[in-house]
Amino acid sequence: MSDKPEKFIDENGLRLDGRRIDEIRPMKMEIGVLSRADGSCYLEWGKNKILAAVYGPRELHPRRLQKADSVLIRYRYNMAAFSVEDRIRPGPSRRSTEISKVSREAFEPVVLTHLYPGAVIDVFAEVLQADAGTRTAAINAASMALADAGIPMKGLVSACAVGKVDGQLVLDLNKAEDNFGDADIPMAITSEGEISLIQMDGDVTQEEFKKAIEMCKEGCRQILEIQKETLKNKFTKLDEVEIPEDEEEDVSALVESTLTSADEGEACEDEEVVEEADAEDDSEDVDDVEDVEDDEEAEDEDDVPEEKADEVVEADPSFEDVEEEEDENPEDDEEETV
Amino acid sequence: MGNEVMSVLKKDYIYNLMLKGKRQDGRSFDEIRNIDLRTNVIEKAEGSAWIKLGETEILVGVKLQVGSPFPDSAGEGVIITSMELNPIASPDFEAGPPKEKAIEMARVADRGIRESGAIDLSKLCITEGEEVWIVFIDIHVLNNTGNIQDAASLGAIAALLTATVPGEREGRGEDMPMPIRDMPVAVTLADLGGEMMVDPDLGEETVCDSRITIVSNQDGSISGMQKSGDGALTEEQLLKAVSLACEKASELRENYLLNI
Repeated sequence: MSDKPEKFIDENGLRLDGRRIDEIRPMKMEIGVLSRADGSCYLEWGKNKILAAVYGPRELHPRRLQKADSVLIRYRYNMAAFSVEDRIRPGPSRRSTEISKVSREAFEPVVLTHLYPGAVIDVFAEVLQADAGTRTAAINAASMALADAGIPMKGLVSACAVGKVDGQLVLDLNKAEDNFGDADIPMAITSEGEISLIQMDGDVTQEEFKKAIEMCKEGCRQILEIQKETLKNKFTKLDEVEIPEDEEEDVSALVESTLTSADEGEACEDEEVVEEADAEDDSEDVDDVEDVEDDEEAEDEDDVPEEKADEVVEADPSFEDVEEEEDENPEDDEEETV
Repeated sequence: MGNEVMSVLKKDYIYNLMLKGKRQDGRSFDEIRNIDLRTNVIEKAEGSAWIKLGETEILVGVKLQVGSPFPDSAGEGVIITSMELNPIASPDFEAGPPKEKAIEMARVADRGIRESGAIDLSKLCITEGEEVWIVFIDIHVLNNTGNIQDAASLGAIAALLTATVPGEREGRGEDMPMPIRDMPVAVTLADLGGEMMVDPDLGEETVCDSRITIVSNQDGSISGMQKSGDGALTEEQLLKAVSLACEKASELRENYLLNI
């Protein structure tokens, strides 16, 4: 442990690690790093090394924890025993429990929780090496892991801290600033600009606080850019499906015939719809998809007589009925619970 | 790993492959998955290693602290090994204090290092009976696709090989490298319908009747062994396992440890 430095900012306005007061530490991240997790992210921010993973939405046990109208989000912030100078005892502490809670609450506003009633989304943030600002680093990583897992969200969450040293506000505290500074204000901001986490300890004036938020917003904006870039890098690289040359013709023939029969299917479908007066638009779309799939199966077998294909289409209204019933049920349940 | 859910079909599949002398991922029965090992990945730890065995990923950190020795070994340092089956690593792991599985694996890794005398504990004594170095080996499992045991053991010894005793930081003289005398390496085999398969993956681990871990040293001696699971092994299987494990261990040592 180093002792308190005499000065945090030199005459050139540079900090101990050579950054300007409004500069964040270098950050890099990578997503999809763990094969078992539904989504994951490894993030390095300065000397912080964070690994985050998302599991879910998945079934929640025990059932009494289930929420009837939304998904339950669980967030576990955990520091590895070897992540800091003096080994820390593994397992939850009062500090990590609190951080886990506020971090979870930083995500609840953006996750579309109503989509998965009764389920759980587990977010695990592991601090493998800590060097000031781990909770914000963990949030940045968790945000990416959630996106990587394909969890429906209104936007990403970015987090950063502002602190005060030598009477001056600084963005993204380093270790010395964190240990000996006069204030520490970690904040998480959604991509819509809402603050979903804010904590503070230390001593700042109202004026300073206002400025701190502005600085933090700017920091988070930069982080958001890095996050977006990371996502783009992964998801714009689509795997091309290679079709062996000798099969190429078969495939295009299949596609063509599928399209034609889908059209036919639609025509039949329309007639059916007219008969069923209260059929809804939504369900029609769903059924169209079903038609295509069914026909595709039919096409696979080479000598399918035309009538048979028609049969498949005609059999469809039964699908429709089932679908609608299924759709209605959850709504009923919801009303009951309300 | 007992609680991994697996369908009867999958079990059949793995078993039938075995009858044909094959494995799910195309390996031969005595083939270890690819290993990627990097050391000194955590600057704040006195020693560390990140290991990837197939897709199984483990991070091992070594920390040292000054503490008091056990009364029955007043002139020796202390080793404490713990393993966390972190919920980040598998949908089947839950947060909380280590359960029997994690404790068992940590203890097997610990015994391998302790019993082989890999660390010269007498050199970790500061003042006899009063102050010694306590070596914490923390095994952090990050992704489980089977055979955590071998990855953990290899990671642990790799991390120890890179560790420094932080004398200056603790005001106990000069820094010195960790006094390492041997390199114990664990190799696990799974008994699948009588066939012994080295380095079982998750599926094989779940299906197998039992597993045996053998820790062997540079001179070919064995410093640890553990059978796990509810099956039993024949003497023939056991002997075969031991010789194969020693052979594989020396390969691993040569390829991954001797150049650290």
